[in-house]
Amino acid sequence: MEKDLNWREFLITRLIKFSGYSAIIFVSLIFFFLLKEGLPTLAEVPLGDLFSLRWYPIESRYGILPLITGSLLVTVGAGLIAVPFGIGTAIYLAEIAPRWVRNLLKPLVELLGGLPSVVLGFLGILILSPTLRVTLNLPTGLTALTGSLLLGGIAIPTVVSISEDALDAVPKSYRDAALALGATRWQTIWRVTLPAARSGVLTAVMLGVGRSIGETMTVMMVTGNAPVLATGLADLFSPVRTMTATIAAEMGEVANASTHYHVLFFIGMVLFLISLFVNVTASAIVFRQKKRAERILS
Amino acid sequence: MNNFFTKNRELTEKLGFSLLTLMTLLTVIPIIGTVIYIIVQGAPAMSWEFITGFPRDGMREGGILPAIIGTFYLTLGTAIFSVPLGIAAAIYLSEYAPDNRATRLVRLAIINLAGIPSVVYGLFGLGLFVLFLKFGTSMLSASLTLSIMTLPVIISTAEEALRAVPQSFRTVSISLGGTRWQTIRRTVLPEALPGIITGVILGLERAAGETAPILFTGAAFFLPRLPHSPFDATMALPYHLFVISTQVPEMPVQIQYGTALVLLVFVLGMNMIATLIRSRARAKRQW
Repeated sequence: MEKDLNWREFLITRLIKFSGYSAIIFVSLIFFFLLKEGLPTLAEVPLGDLFSLRWYPIESRYGILPLITGSLLVTVGAGLIAVPFGIGTAIYLAEIAPRWVRNLLKPLVELLGGLPSVVLGFLGILILSPTLRVTLNLPTGLTALTGSLLLGGIAIPTVVSISEDALDAVPKSYRDAALALGATRWQTIWRVTLPAARSGVLTAVMLGVGRSIGETMTVMMVTGNAPVLATGLADLFSPVRTMTATIAAEMGEVANASTHYHVLFFIGMVLFLISLFVNVTASAIVFRQKKRAERILS
Repeated sequence: MNNFFTKNRELTEKLGFSLLTLMTLLTVIPIIGTVIYIIVQGAPAMSWEFITGFPRDGMREGGILPAIIGTFYLTLGTAIFSVPLGIAAAIYLSEYAPDNRATRLVRLAIINLAGIPSVVYGLFGLGLFVLFLKFGTSMLSASLTLSIMTLPVIISTAEEALRAVPQSFRTVSISLGGTRWQTIRRTVLPEALPGIITGVILGLERAAGETAPILFTGAAFFLPRLPHSPFDATMALPYHLFVISTQVPEMPVQIQYGTALVLLVFVLGMNMIATLIRSRARAKRQW
């Protein structure tokens, strides 16, 4: 009986430990498969062609630069919307709104994060893009701007949720001290609370922006999918095509192990590395902040 | 002069607060508007036939039953793989893991898993499950892909719930002669259960609404029947909405809005259940 118990305990502990490490296994597996299917690209497509300006797979033109600039453009546009509105909303909820308003609105904003991206893309096609076409007098409503507006909406919940948590975690004594010195609440927010929460707010921005680079369905549905090199913010008003949309739109139609197939995996590899960079940096910021806090407290 | 500054400061504060309030309204109102709009536009499409019928006439008529059932199966399949694994991983992180380099690496891996773009999961699922393991374009491949994507959500919320159980609960159980696993099984897990369920539902909600990971792993454009086995491809609500709003010409708007509404009800319904479980557990909690 005693022995039986020990044996079971041992087995369960092992299983739990193994599950604990599963995340590492999966990240490695994902990276391995992207490399396995993506790296042959380098043997099949000359580097000069890969970083050229023309994406036209039917004629074996695999220039991924227009796709990279497309993703960047849409993401920058989304950031220009999500950062001010996200942080503004977070400050309002954490510092200005009465508690009950915060408790009502925060879950509501987080609800937006739960809306399937395909629903937003659907509304983008049906409502946002015709509206933009008419009001801005554009030849088509399916533009980078349409994508940016919707992606901004997708990134906002992440930015609001994480920065509100960061602001909320700033000790009340900081604010009391500032107010006692005669600062207004507005001054306290800008000169004390927000600087104290800055690493959390920065993390929020990075993760929000990271999420918009990886968004697929919405951008595929509303950005018009034209692989044209974007050179500046003025291109927001023309159609673009992002890396994610390219993979989603073309992977279904390529032959396995063809060059086109390998290039699409190569693009996936680039996306993976971008998200790896964003997340490692974001968690490094949090980690550094924690260390500093420990130093101050000790 | 001094008076002027004081006044100016107060004016700035008033203006600033109004600006932030305005920004919040501009953020919140479109969210409420979107949800209400879909409900209003989708409601006329709701009928018994729409929910329980098969698509007819190139999906321009009839119902969306195969898509509803498909999403249900996919969510269930995702749960079978990701729930036990996710909870076990959370138990490891909260109850066993030492504070060292290896554990930090596990946490970093979880954060990265959460950040990987959904379409990259699709590529991975295609490479590993569909082609390498030869599961084909099937519900099995799609569920496995979705469950890896869901894992970080389940792990982090379940860990939070486990950590919220006071240390004294564990101390008492151990001092009564319980082993570590008995303590977890009989004391910690039951206390953390509502929090864990909430996390699980939030993770599955994400899986139910995703399109990109199933595009090349298990989604079918059109299927005139229900899937028979895990090795069958299936229709799914989000993919169906994508198909009928971009790939089918002259699609009646009503069916599109109806499909969007059913998907919304599916996803938001899960979200509401999760929130309800959490708030009820919080109200009942005695520690």
